[in-house]
Amino acid sequence: MSATEYLRVSDLHAFYGESHVLHGMDFSVRRGECVSLLGRNGAGRSTTLRALMGLTGRRTGSIMVNGREVVGLSPHKIAQLGVGYCPEERGIYAGLSCEENLLLPPRVSSGGMSVDELYAMFPNLKERRHSQGTRLSGGEQQMLAMARILRTGARLLLLDEISEGLAPVIVQKLAEIIVELKKRDYTIVLVEQNFRFAAPLADRMCIVEHGQVVAEIARHELAEKQPLLQQYLGV
Amino acid sequence: MTELFGIPLAALYGQLVLGLVNGSFYAMLSLGLAVIFGMLNIINFAHGALYMAGAMLAWMGLQYLGVGYWWMLLLSPLAVGVIGIVIERLLLQWLYKLDHLYGLLMTFGLALIMEGLFRDSYGVAGQPYPIPEGLGGALNLGFMMLPKYRAWVIVASLAICFLTWYMIEKTRLGAYLRAATENPRLTQAFGINVPLMVMLTYGFGVGLAGLAGVLAAPATQVGPLMGSNLIIVVFAVVVIGGMGSILGTVVTGLGLGLIEGLAKVFWPEVSATVVFIIMAIVLMLRPSGLFGRQQ
Repeated sequence: MSATEYLRVSDLHAFYGESHVLHGMDFSVRRGECVSLLGRNGAGRSTTLRALMGLTGRRTGSIMVNGREVVGLSPHKIAQLGVGYCPEERGIYAGLSCEENLLLPPRVSSGGMSVDELYAMFPNLKERRHSQGTRLSGGEQQMLAMARILRTGARLLLLDEISEGLAPVIVQKLAEIIVELKKRDYTIVLVEQNFRFAAPLADRMCIVEHGQVVAEIARHELAEKQPLLQQYLGV
Repeated sequence: MTELFGIPLAALYGQLVLGLVNGSFYAMLSLGLAVIFGMLNIINFAHGALYMAGAMLAWMGLQYLGVGYWWMLLLSPLAVGVIGIVIERLLLQWLYKLDHLYGLLMTFGLALIMEGLFRDSYGVAGQPYPIPEGLGGALNLGFMMLPKYRAWVIVASLAICFLTWYMIEKTRLGAYLRAATENPRLTQAFGINVPLMVMLTYGFGVGLAGLAGVLAAPATQVGPLMGSNLIIVVFAVVVIGGMGSILGTVVTGLGLGLIEGLAKVFWPEVSATVVFIIMAIVLMLRPSGLFGRQQ
């Protein structure tokens, strides 16, 4: 394992009850790198993030986060190692106000962004901080789901379909935020359906099919591996 | 005017106060039930037995160890809370993923066992518990005599309900609790130790029942069956109030206590069933309860 590797997933299998959903995922992410998991619906990308957080059923294989094996840990222990999870359904709580949602995840290390910093980054959230979480617009909820994990000091961010179903101007804003986070040396796993959103942001892309990584494309290989993308994703 | 519809006002006020006292117990017990159901998905049929245990412990403390009311008001709920935590760790934690029926059967069985244990030692007859010093006698309010102990029960319960509401709705810990009730898995994925919170929630909920039991001890007879007499009405209160609103639960408990009190004055024959009649009507009009979130 190289010294700069922040996340290493090896031969990861995951199950929901009896159904076997991940079939030996293998990939790694270096510190400060942004890796995108691309693939068709049902390929196992979101499940991979859920498995990393310990939210699937039984898991086998290995998940090393910053040199620590987490495959046997409970979700809260994994989060406390500095992993921030932004779920596909956004997971905004109806029973909490916007600000309570923002303040919910406990700090896991120093160096998280302050609430003021986050409100500067997401001015809408400040305006709506007393609104019920689920009364926010889809875009605001996505911002909130992102901001929520930036406060905690988590250094590894697992972002699931953050551009899904949002207006282009908001998707653009999210892209700017990812660029900013990369500058700040966050390590990011970006699960995306939207190739055009992921391509300029990701340093590498892993194509996922049937619960496995079937191809890996570095950013500089994009042009030459276009046929491969065509074949797997139809883009 | 000393009469209303032929009822002496003093009797009416007396029943209203008694209704508020009963309502206070309904409120505290249904509050615990609602919090436990939200977090654990368990219909806690042992709630009445733990209320009884709170009262019995207070009585035993006084009888055998000479520990008075005020100390037992603190110690007894703590002891009941610890009993609850042991129950949760040993038995309930295995039931969360199963149908509600399993939790209901388990806690019903526990209630029978606890009642049986106390019955074995103390029989079914209630034991008297003296009113603590300083709370005996009555206050003359001019229009009625208000027994001090009843006033204390009402004030203390309201304060406890308010504190519980404040803790759940206004503090960080309460936000964790609401989040874990709404989406336990995701909340855990944010680094919050949800299994620990579940355990403490059960301990807290049954601790409230134990506290209600100590408050009830001087007001009623302390006996092994005092819980099962009360718990059925409390379940009706929870159904009427609906899940999902702390204040709603408290208001419903107090309101139904008052209605029962009024019924005792104006139509004594229905006073024992009026809560269930209201429950039937509410279920027809608003199946998720007066303050419940519509599914």
